[in-house]
Amino acid sequence: MINRRKMLISAAALSALMVAAPALAQDLPGLARVKVDLVAPPFVHAHEQATKQAPRVVQFKMDIIEKEMVIDNDGTKIHAMTFNGSVPGPLMVVHEGDYVELTLRNPDTNTMAHNIDFHSATGALGGAELTLVNPGEQAVLRWKATRPGVFVYHCAPGGPMIPWHVVSGMSGAVMVLPRDGLKDEAGKPLRYDRIYYVGENDFYVPRDENGKFKSYGSAGESYPETQEVMRKLIPTHVVFNGRVDSLTGKNAMTAKVGERVLIVHSQANRDSRPHIIGGHGDYVWETGKFNNPPEKDLETWFIRGGSAGAALYTFRQPGIYAYVNHNLIEAVELGATAHFKVDGTWNDDLMKQVRPPEPIGAGDKLGALSPATGSHNH
Amino acid sequence: MTPVLDTLLDTKLFITLGLAAGLPVAAGLSIQHQMAAPQEPAAATVTIAPRDFSYRMAGDFTRAGAVADAPLTQHRLGKSVTIMKSQVTAAAYDECVQARACRPLTQVQPPRPDVPVVGVSWEDATAYARWLSAKTGEVWRLPTSAEWSFAAGSRARTETIAAEGRDFSERWIAKYEQESERERTADRTPQPIGSFGVNENGLFDLAGNVWEWTDTCFTRQALDAQNKPVGPATVNCGVRLVEGQHRTYVTNFIRDARGGGCSVGAPPTNLGFRLVREDTRLIDRLMAGLRRMAAPFSRLA
Repeated sequence: MINRRKMLISAAALSALMVAAPALAQDLPGLARVKVDLVAPPFVHAHEQATKQAPRVVQFKMDIIEKEMVIDNDGTKIHAMTFNGSVPGPLMVVHEGDYVELTLRNPDTNTMAHNIDFHSATGALGGAELTLVNPGEQAVLRWKATRPGVFVYHCAPGGPMIPWHVVSGMSGAVMVLPRDGLKDEAGKPLRYDRIYYVGENDFYVPRDENGKFKSYGSAGESYPETQEVMRKLIPTHVVFNGRVDSLTGKNAMTAKVGERVLIVHSQANRDSRPHIIGGHGDYVWETGKFNNPPEKDLETWFIRGGSAGAALYTFRQPGIYAYVNHNLIEAVELGATAHFKVDGTWNDDLMKQVRPPEPIGAGDKLGALSPATGSHNH
Repeated sequence: MTPVLDTLLDTKLFITLGLAAGLPVAAGLSIQHQMAAPQEPAAATVTIAPRDFSYRMAGDFTRAGAVADAPLTQHRLGKSVTIMKSQVTAAAYDECVQARACRPLTQVQPPRPDVPVVGVSWEDATAYARWLSAKTGEVWRLPTSAEWSFAAGSRARTETIAAEGRDFSERWIAKYEQESERERTADRTPQPIGSFGVNENGLFDLAGNVWEWTDTCFTRQALDAQNKPVGPATVNCGVRLVEGQHRTYVTNFIRDARGGGCSVGAPPTNLGFRLVREDTRLIDRLMAGLRRMAAPFSRLA
C-alpha cells in the first residue's frame, strides 16, 4: 500500500530544491507572442509547415488531469495521469528558434505532484526541475526550440514516481519544424496534406488470482501491485492513443489516395517498430531529428523507447491499412494496432487479384499456368 | 493430447468399435439403452416445423472470377428442428468438465446455471454435444448454419454489402464501415439468459453478446449467372461458421476470437453455443449407444 503522505513529503522536499518560479513578466519584449490551443491526439493543432515569420513565443497551457480511463474492450480501467486529459498528451508544434512557453497547471482535484521533462529542451532535467507542481499549483516554463525534430515530453516527478507516471499515461510529443519546413535528402521541400500524432503507451495492469485485471479505488492503492508488474517489464497492454481500438473502426484515421500524410510516433518508455501494412514510409526520420536526411522507402522503422519519429507517406491505393507496432504479438494481442481508411480509386497496375481463391488447378484452363505445368517465360 | 488429436482418435475409435461390434453387439447396446435408468431431462428445447424461410447461403462466392454476394434463397429444411431455447450455460458446461469429458475453460467463469458459457471452441462445443448425447441417450449436435438461421428467424442476419460491380476497395471499406457500426465497447460480460430477448420461435438471446458455433464448414464456390454452382466447392472444415450479430468463420480450436489486428475486421465478442437434438430413431439410439460405450475411452487424462 502506498504511503501517500510520504509521497507528498518527498514531492515537497523536491519543491524546496526548486528555484523560484519564473516571473510571468514578458521578458522577451521584441518577440511576438501567440497563444495556441492544443487538441487531443491523433489530431494536431493548426500550424504552418514553413514560416517566413520571425521567431516568436508560442504559449501553450496544459492541465494535468488524474482520472480513471478504460484501456481495452473488456472495460479494464487504470487510474490514468494525463497531460490535458488525453493519453498521450497533445502534440505541440513550433518552429526552430521559437520559444515554447508552457503554463502547466495541477488542479487541486488531483492527488499527486507532477512536472514535465521536454526532451527538446536544454537544461534543468528538460524543465522537470522547474515545473514540479503540487495539486492547486501552476508553473510557467519557457524553453528555446534549438533543435528541429520530434521529441518526447513526459512527467518525471522523481524516483519511482517517474516510470509510474509515464506508464500511467503522462507522455506526449513536441514537433519543432525547420523554419523553411521539412526537406528531403537533397534539400528539396517536403510537405504534407495531413498530420496524425500516434502516441504509443505500455500499461502494466495487475491481475487477480483468476487472471482478471484488477481495479483499485485510487491511484495510490494501485501503485504497489502495478510496480510489481512493471518490474517484470512485460506490459499487459501496448496501445496507440491511450486504449485498445482507439484508432480503429469509427475512429480510424482517414486519408485519400494521393494525399501525403505525416505520422508522428512517440514512445516514452519502450521500443516500438511502426509498420504500415500494405504501405511504406516514403521518407522516414527514424530518430525523429530533421537535421538528418530522411531515410527512404522503409518497410518498418524503429522508435527507440524515449523518442519520437516521423514518417511521410503518400497513400497510393484505397482501402484499409493497419498501422501497427510490428511486434505482431504486441499489435494483435496487446493492442498496438491503428487503422487508416483511405478513399480513392484502385490501381490495378500496382496490384490486381488475377484469379480469386479457387480450387488448385482451376485457373489453368483460363490461361494462368501453374508451376507444375510450365512457365510463361519460355 | 491435443484437442485435434483427441477428436481424431475418438472418431477413429468410434468407427473401429462400430465395425468390430457389428449388429449383434449393437442390438445389445440398444437393449441396454432401453433398460437404463430414466435420464435427466435435457435442456429446454423448442421444435419448429418445416416451412420456407429466407436464407443467405453460407460461404464465399465468386462469379466469373469476381467476388459475388452470397445468394439469398428461399429454403426449406427436410424436417423439423428441435433446438435449445437458450445457449448452453456455464453450469451445464462445468458438469461436462467435472465428468472430464470437456476441457476446463481458459477464462475462469463461475458455473452459473443462468448464464451462457463463453470462451469455448468448436471442439469444446462438439465435446459437450458428445458428452450430453452419451449422458442422455439422445443425439445432440451443433446446428448447421441453415438450421440456426431457420430457428433464429427474424434475428438471423441476412444483410450483405452489395458486393457486386463495385471496386474492390469500395467493397472492402463498406464492409469495414458496416462492422464498425457494431459497438465494440459494449459490455463483454455474459448476461443472464433472456437478457437479449426472445424471438418469435421462443429462442433466447440470439445475436446478443455471445456468438454461436455451427457445424457448417467454410466453403468457397463459383457460381454462374443463375447462382448455380460451377465446379467443385473448396471446403475447409478446419474453420466453422459462427452466427450471431454477424456471420464469421473461426478456426475450430479458437476459444476467444478477439484480436482484430491486421486482419481488419470486428470479431465476435464471445463464443458460445446451443445444440439441436436429432429426432430419436432406432439408428440414432444405436449410434448413441456406441458413443456412450466409446465415451470412457475418449475422456481426457
